[in-house]
Amino acid sequence: MEAIKPQLEQEAIKAQVRQYIAANFLMGANAAELGDDDSFMGQNVIDSAGVLELIAYLEQTYGIKVDEDEMTADNLDSLNGVGRYLQRKLGGARA
Amino acid sequence: MASDVTCSESLAARAPDRLAPSVLDIDCAAESARIAARLAEIVGRVLRRRGVVVAVSGGIDSSVCAALAAKAFGRERVLALLLPEHDSSSDSTRLGRLVAEHLGLEHHIEDIGPALEAIGCYRWRDEAIRRLFPAYGPGWRSKIIIAGAQGGLTYFKLVVQSPAGEMREERMGAQECLQVVAATNFKQRLRKTLEYFHADRLNYAVIGTPNRLEYDQGFFVKNGDGSADVKPIAHLYKTQVYALARHLGLPAEVCNARPTTDTYSLPQGQDEFYFGLPWDKMDLALWGLNHGASAAVLGRAIGLPEAQAERVYADIRAKRRATTYLHLAPQLITPL
Repeated sequence: MEAIKPQLEQEAIKAQVRQYIAANFLMGANAAELGDDDSFMGQNVIDSAGVLELIAYLEQTYGIKVDEDEMTADNLDSLNGVGRYLQRKLGGARA
Repeated sequence: MASDVTCSESLAARAPDRLAPSVLDIDCAAESARIAARLAEIVGRVLRRRGVVVAVSGGIDSSVCAALAAKAFGRERVLALLLPEHDSSSDSTRLGRLVAEHLGLEHHIEDIGPALEAIGCYRWRDEAIRRLFPAYGPGWRSKIIIAGAQGGLTYFKLVVQSPAGEMREERMGAQECLQVVAATNFKQRLRKTLEYFHADRLNYAVIGTPNRLEYDQGFFVKNGDGSADVKPIAHLYKTQVYALARHLGLPAEVCNARPTTDTYSLPQGQDEFYFGLPWDKMDLALWGLNHGASAAVLGRAIGLPEAQAERVYADIRAKRRATTYLHLAPQLITPL
């Protein structure tokens, strides 16, 4: 059961972020079409100003501070990336 | 000058295996004659105007545009405007006047600082800056710099200098970043308002001064410096603009000046604000991308590892996507 819990947390985070992106960047388009590994920038979902908005959302929603060296495509440019990053960050904060 | 190819098949067939600054060489005499002839044709026959207004900043692009306009229309049909504000370098006005006098152009100097104050440009900007640096106020200076362009995601930092000279910097959040940029955009938009005032009263057209790098990468303010009736050097790489400047005999001080934005109170190069690489390397990268040169070829040309050169290409593509909106005319629900 313990091994399943982080996976569930990550899925919950991804669902929440997907909802945020649908409401703020897709403007009514179908968010289900956004794949978990799709690049936000590559798919024209968000641009560099959008990245800043996404960071502000993550910082406010999850009570974290995104450090400059964490501002990478691996961490912030896909749903899976954001999910993994937040899980690491939140897990680290709690440890 | 070679035209850019767009068909991927052609790119693969003609992809250069070597990239050198010489790919940007042009026949300056022929090119300046061609531009002057096209300018006269466009303004006279298409736009049906009697001359042109050009705002000169003292920078290389507007200086070359002014010189080309003088060549196309004669100096008596070109009005040069110098439009400094509170954060402009005194060098800008000095160099702008130098160019206008060198070309023998009628020129007006109009300080737009008081109008910008009245409209709230500095107040809105400073309010956003104070969210990051609460002590920011009179005597402080600021600028925005690009960060993380190579390797990470692009973001912006605000750099401030206290009256005592202490420098500090902080990553900008979305709201602060957008507000500072929106406020400073008043500068380019107010300048364009004045350019069109003079164009209207003289029945002239307005010249836009972007070079190819700026035009391609969306380095302009929509309805600000991006607005114009004709853009005579938008097809020329910056390297080629410098070559034309020398050919047209512009003052050495103008030909040798480092490109700046002249928009923020701290000195700011275009490379640290927007492009991430010096203009001569950006020129080669843009040319390489347009002509199908591989990242390995680009890397060898500009002294970067292949992976980093690939990120330069990715950044150029990303800026094209992100700034598409700047180029678009108002969209209609039903095309007419």
